[in-house]
Amino acid sequence: MEAAQEVKSKRPIPLSTNYAVAHAAKDLDVDVVAAYPITPQTTVVEKLSEFVANGELDAEFIHVESEHSALSATLAASLTGARAFTATASQGLALMHEILHVASGLRAPIVMSVAMRALSAPISIWNDQTDLFNARDAGWIIYFVHTAQEAYDTVIQAYRLAEDRGVMLPVMVGYDGYVMSHTTEPVVVEDRASVLKFAPKRPYPYRLDPDKPVTIGPIVPPEYYYELKYQQVKAMEGVPEKAEDVDREFQKAFGRGYGIMECYMCEGADALIVANASYAATLKSVLPDAWREGLKVGLLRLRLYRPFPAKHFVNYTSNVKSVLVIDRAISYGAPYQGPLANEIAGLKVREDLGFNLTSAVAGIGQRAMEPEDFLALARLAWEARTRRYPETIFYGVRE
Amino acid sequence: MKLPGWKEMTIGGVITNPGNSLEYKTGDWKVLMPVINQEKCIRCRICWYVCPDSAILELDKPYTTKAKRVYKISYDVNYDFCKGCGMCAQECPAKAIDMVPVEVS
Amino acid sequence: MAQQAGKSLRIKSLFDLPREELFISGHGLCAGCTAGTIMRMLTKVAGKDTIIVNATGCVEVATTRYPYSNWLVPWFHSAFENAGASASGIARTIEVLKRKGVIPKDKQAKVVVVAGDGGTVDIGLQSLSGMLERRDPVMYVLYDNEAYMNTGIQRSGATPFHAWTTTTPTGKVWRGEWRTKKDIAMIVAAHRIPYVATANPAYPQDMVNKFARGLEVLDEGPSFIHVLMACTTGWRFDPALGITISRLATETGVFPLYEIDHGNFRVTFPVAKRKPVSEYLKLQGRFAHLTPAEIEEIQKLVNERVAEINKLAGKEVIGPVAK
Repeated sequence: MEAAQEVKSKRPIPLSTNYAVAHAAKDLDVDVVAAYPITPQTTVVEKLSEFVANGELDAEFIHVESEHSALSATLAASLTGARAFTATASQGLALMHEILHVASGLRAPIVMSVAMRALSAPISIWNDQTDLFNARDAGWIIYFVHTAQEAYDTVIQAYRLAEDRGVMLPVMVGYDGYVMSHTTEPVVVEDRASVLKFAPKRPYPYRLDPDKPVTIGPIVPPEYYYELKYQQVKAMEGVPEKAEDVDREFQKAFGRGYGIMECYMCEGADALIVANASYAATLKSVLPDAWREGLKVGLLRLRLYRPFPAKHFVNYTSNVKSVLVIDRAISYGAPYQGPLANEIAGLKVREDLGFNLTSAVAGIGQRAMEPEDFLALARLAWEARTRRYPETIFYGVRE
Repeated sequence: MKLPGWKEMTIGGVITNPGNSLEYKTGDWKVLMPVINQEKCIRCRICWYVCPDSAILELDKPYTTKAKRVYKISYDVNYDFCKGCGMCAQECPAKAIDMVPVEVS
Repeated sequence: MAQQAGKSLRIKSLFDLPREELFISGHGLCAGCTAGTIMRMLTKVAGKDTIIVNATGCVEVATTRYPYSNWLVPWFHSAFENAGASASGIARTIEVLKRKGVIPKDKQAKVVVVAGDGGTVDIGLQSLSGMLERRDPVMYVLYDNEAYMNTGIQRSGATPFHAWTTTTPTGKVWRGEWRTKKDIAMIVAAHRIPYVATANPAYPQDMVNKFARGLEVLDEGPSFIHVLMACTTGWRFDPALGITISRLATETGVFPLYEIDHGNFRVTFPVAKRKPVSEYLKLQGRFAHLTPAEIEEIQKLVNERVAEINKLAGKEVIGPVAK
């Protein structure tokens, strides 16, 4: 549908992932931003306020008094026909948890960025992915991004996906707090006209309008509730294909594409590490060293997480003997205590996949992981081809 | 009644035809029902005002009392929805409404 | 922050109210629920160009049991404690969509919150306060039945002294609620919004005109109307007595009717001679356990409150208890 645009070579500007996200929201001409400050997301909303203050973005910036209100206002705005955006992390994401379910249940095309951070207690402002994994079953589409550029691009793709009439689900774009939110990378930002051409506004179809009264948010008895939730199931089912289409269109329009799951150095690999966000980025620079050591370990970078790209995963793992899943959150007491590992174990059984699965938890509370640590994990993945590690490995914890 | 499947229902449970509550007749709740005495009624609109269920209908139905008092409107009860609370009878300044037991047939 | 509110309906008699119903029959509110009366009048005053934001509670649950809805105006509910924030989102969206030319600049779309006492003075207080502090153009209508009625009559911050509720029952140790009612109207007034008022369905012109005034000020900022909502099921009285008991609340000085219009305090229904509070209490099962001494305690509290009101008014607008 999109005519192939001339991919001009554009000069990147230095942006943190937080600022990249703010730029994307600006270029998407969002109508309403309702956000509350929380480390390490705060500079997203600061930058957005600047844009509005300078007249670069014409939006209603609602200075809400909590994250619960942030998502509530964003949701209500979306259902009134606005392109609405919010951003949060950690305690804020936890506080708005109730409304996460409301937003997906009411099928609001909202996009929210999450600068992933550990959850209290103990209170920690540092990065891990507990906050987002705590929200994984709220019915939102979830992306993990591993560069500031990808963050910018994915927020744009997210609106295109969310507002698709066959989708109508809210989207979370997760990236690692501090490690990505506050570090600067080169980012190509597009012009608003091109962005809006790629992602034209398609407001919520039953918006609150006195000309056409509707009742949104009724109480639904058992005779009807199940079918409405099943609608969400079916909408999710269609997402992997649509997300790939959107990404392909984005590639045509802007010259950058990511797919929904990336297999890096997979050619000839006997073992794979599943990782997301900043760990995936670091692994990309470490894995060549692993191969030099004779460890043919590739990276499966998880980009689309909900819904899980099962088909791609099965394809990429069909010939490997070992898959090591790095989790940045703990699922206490679960069969594998890394949440991602648990899910992949399920897929392994469902598809009768032959690799050995190893679960590793790392970087909890932003415990530092050096390149040597990633190399150690690569060795572990390699060893696991012929050795089973049934217990989750809590990498880096002091006994 | 055949219940709709997931494909037929509006997403998110949105009710696109509000006002369909008229299908939910609450009239069978009542054990007492109001009867308006058109002779005594002074057409003050108070019963119409208080009724929580919009069950007092204001009709452009002229009425002349036996004492030759002429009214342009009359009030009647929509028994399909009247729940029999009795607020109309209680507040009527002319005591023109009687609450009588519903006949159980 | 322009929001075209325009001139609102004002009534001198009940016949100035439009006949058309925008809150129609077929809802599940209890027989004799004065909330029905209040909602009917609110929607008549606000008219078709209204978007209702309804917090979880009796009105929300009883009027929108899927697949039925009896609201002929756009209506939105998302959760219990966020009506204020939701209303902000909607009101500000209308502003930006007008500014961006997506909807016509002269399009009327008033945002009105309908929330109970639970969803306002307790769990919804933060969200309400934020909305007021931001000056978002929303009229917030609190229907106060003085407990969490929808979940079965549990006490809230609005439950009055000595009232029986299921979580402040009477027994050997407890004598109903032992704390006094949270003065939400004054808390709201402290936000210095253009219009705050208390209203009572037993005083139709007063209530309707307050709704009208509340809507009129929306191009300046938010408004708040605290409406007493006598509850037959929770207060334990014959369903026919909703309006009668509401009237007694004001006649005894328990629920004085006043407004604060741009800072000017005015009692809108002076009561020259108050009825003793026992007249109000004796009709309600939730106060049936009271001893004469306890009734006297309540009378003293009412007297103190009346004195406060008179002080604010600068003169005695609510008089002494008639002997």
